[in-house]
Amino acid sequence: MARMKFLCDSERCIECNGCVTACKNANETEWGIQRRRVVTLDDGEIGKEVSISVACMHCSDAPCMAVCPTDCFYPTEDGLILHNKDTCIGCGYCLYACPFGAPQFPKQGAFGARGKMDKCTFCAGGPEEDPVIEEQKYGANRLREGKLPLCAEMCSTKALLAGDAADVADIFRERVVYRGHRNSAWSSVEHEASDAEQLAKSAADLAYDATQSV
Amino acid sequence: MMVKQSGHNHSAWMILLLVVLMALPVTAFAQESADARREAFQSMPGTQPDFWRDAMQGVSGRTQSNSPGADTLIMIEGERWREIRNQWISPGGAIALGGSLAAITLFYLLVGQVKLVHPRTGKRIERWTRWDRAIHWYVASLFIILGITGLSILYAKWFLMPILPTSVWGSVMNAAKNIHNYLGPLFALGVLAMIVKWFKHNFFTMVDLKWFAKGGGIVGKAHPSAGYLNGGEKVWYWVIVTVGLTVVVSGLVLDFPNFGQTRETMQLFLIIHAVASLILMAAAFGHIYIGTLGTEGAFEGMKTGYVDESWAKQHHDLWYEEVKHKSKQ
Repeated sequence: MARMKFLCDSERCIECNGCVTACKNANETEWGIQRRRVVTLDDGEIGKEVSISVACMHCSDAPCMAVCPTDCFYPTEDGLILHNKDTCIGCGYCLYACPFGAPQFPKQGAFGARGKMDKCTFCAGGPEEDPVIEEQKYGANRLREGKLPLCAEMCSTKALLAGDAADVADIFRERVVYRGHRNSAWSSVEHEASDAEQLAKSAADLAYDATQSV
Repeated sequence: MMVKQSGHNHSAWMILLLVVLMALPVTAFAQESADARREAFQSMPGTQPDFWRDAMQGVSGRTQSNSPGADTLIMIEGERWREIRNQWISPGGAIALGGSLAAITLFYLLVGQVKLVHPRTGKRIERWTRWDRAIHWYVASLFIILGITGLSILYAKWFLMPILPTSVWGSVMNAAKNIHNYLGPLFALGVLAMIVKWFKHNFFTMVDLKWFAKGGGIVGKAHPSAGYLNGGEKVWYWVIVTVGLTVVVSGLVLDFPNFGQTRETMQLFLIIHAVASLILMAAAFGHIYIGTLGTEGAFEGMKTGYVDESWAKQHHDLWYEEVKHKSKQ
């Protein structure tokens, strides 16, 4: 089976928050729950500003799964980390262990008691037989419909890619080859750098086409 | 008498429990630590080395999300917390609790119950007032409930989850968490009341020093002198003041996550809470043993409030003299 992964190309992310909106719309998450976010480092500093769209990374060795007192997480055949809201007790341990701040908690109870954890499912729903209940509890199951997560599908610059890790990596590798990396061997020479820029432009189109095939 | 007869069954049961407890954390050792760096590097390639250095040091940026810590791309403390909790606290707690039970069992098998040297005189002396007993049993029952629910949160997934259907497991753990969170503050009030109520009895004196020197009468035949509370009871009191208050304060920080605590704060207090409460539980096993099975005639003091004259004379001779002197006036 596939090993599903997200990939965010920071050279392309323009911090439009389209992925965040798409996610919110596809999954109809509760008020205050934002499964995906865009983080901008060195905001406003010319030449340094970098934006990255981040949600659950569906880690190979997931810290959330390791610390969960009720073991409500489970890996799927596609390498996704999903969780069962029926066994989630809202303790927040997954949030403390997750390096990426993926787990989200609705504040439902008295004294700030947390509700059931909610996080990115890679638009793969959750452990529920009835598709209607599944959608209410976990959001969209686009994977079952043969679609990819809406955040990646709607990304205007195709910075955010989602899919089988090998495919996604291939697309990115292709981009890098044509784009030329600032630190790579040949682009340090100035006149060749401008050539590399030309190449990168045409490569961008190529990479865009590559994402359309999914 | 009942106690004496069931003694062997009791210790056999404790050994069994110990074996089970010791076997649990073995599975926890098998995990290898996560690699946020690798995960992040795979999903955020093409960035500059400067960016990586910043992200890996947990530098904050800007984001539209209002979730706690959302402006930080990578929270590096998470993996350390996972390691401390899974690799150190889980097995360490099991070793502490199991070790405490093992030591008590061994002690019981080797030394046995401390008997009354002289037969009961039938004269009964009031040792614990109604207030004392109310506070003691209030704290004790909450302690046991909080202990069981707290240990469930730490260990139940290793032994309870495999035997329960998922829906039942979910309800049990939800109940455990809610009971733990709602009774916690009530336990805090009890501990505070206890500390205030018994404060005046718990200053160490030279008598206690001699009591310690003689090992509390456990070693050797002669029973050292003691006042109303002996050195051991005072130590337990100060354990409650220090470790108990640590458990209570850290618990309150965790119980009310609505004051903007950061993830790092919660991690720290979870570690403090777990370590302190496991120490307290391991120590409480000793307290429970001495107060019930370990000492003939001790339990009735906290149950009825009264102890037998010969028990008082044997274990708290100075207090006994004091009471006798007062009653003559």
